[in-house]
Amino acid sequence: MNRVSKLIAAAGLAGLLVSAPAFAERDPAYEAARAAGQVGEKMDGYLGVVSGGGSALQAIVSDVNIKRRALYSQRALAAIPPVTLEEYALTAGCIAIARTQPGEKYQAPDGSWQTRTSAPPLRDSRCPAREARIAQ
Amino acid sequence: MMSPELTRARGLATLPVMMGKARNLRWARALPLAALGVTMLTGCISVTAPDKPIVIELNVNIRQEVIYRLAADAESTIDENEDIF
Repeated sequence: MNRVSKLIAAAGLAGLLVSAPAFAERDPAYEAARAAGQVGEKMDGYLGVVSGGGSALQAIVSDVNIKRRALYSQRALAAIPPVTLEEYALTAGCIAIARTQPGEKYQAPDGSWQTRTSAPPLRDSRCPAREARIAQ
Repeated sequence: MMSPELTRARGLATLPVMMGKARNLRWARALPLAALGVTMLTGCISVTAPDKPIVIELNVNIRQEVIYRLAADAESTIDENEDIF
């Protein structure tokens, strides 16, 4: 009995560990902050605090941005020929802004925060013309 | 006066330079060179390069080309990491 319960616990733990990275869902707190317009997509490819800005919100934004930065630098080096971190981040920013949902915040080329509507977002003139794919 | 040399039309076999007058000649040769050097130097100094706008414009051009090249890769990167986008 004891052995069986241990086995179940071990299997559960293993399942959790395996499924965690494949689980590509936003953190609920991050999702809520996005929907509430407390955080927005910046032009430079990172997340920014739009309003409020408690320490909890700041922690969410920092956590996401640290992960994004690691990803950008990795992909920038893997590009052929390699590009700078800033170039890759700016490209990702173009796409992330294009994919914002109506109601979410994004940063316009003049630096102001805008609320996304059903119309295409105001983006940097250097952004690729391709429109955002329909979100799943 | 008649020259004691055999070949009159040709230059003298022994030039004055070879007979110890080289110093004066070297001076004479160096003078135009020095003058040229001075004029070149003053020319260089008078040129002032307007560097700032040129650099920025180049950056903008390179960036747009790079962004277009990276767009597809960035799209798939965002797709694969939806939890942080």
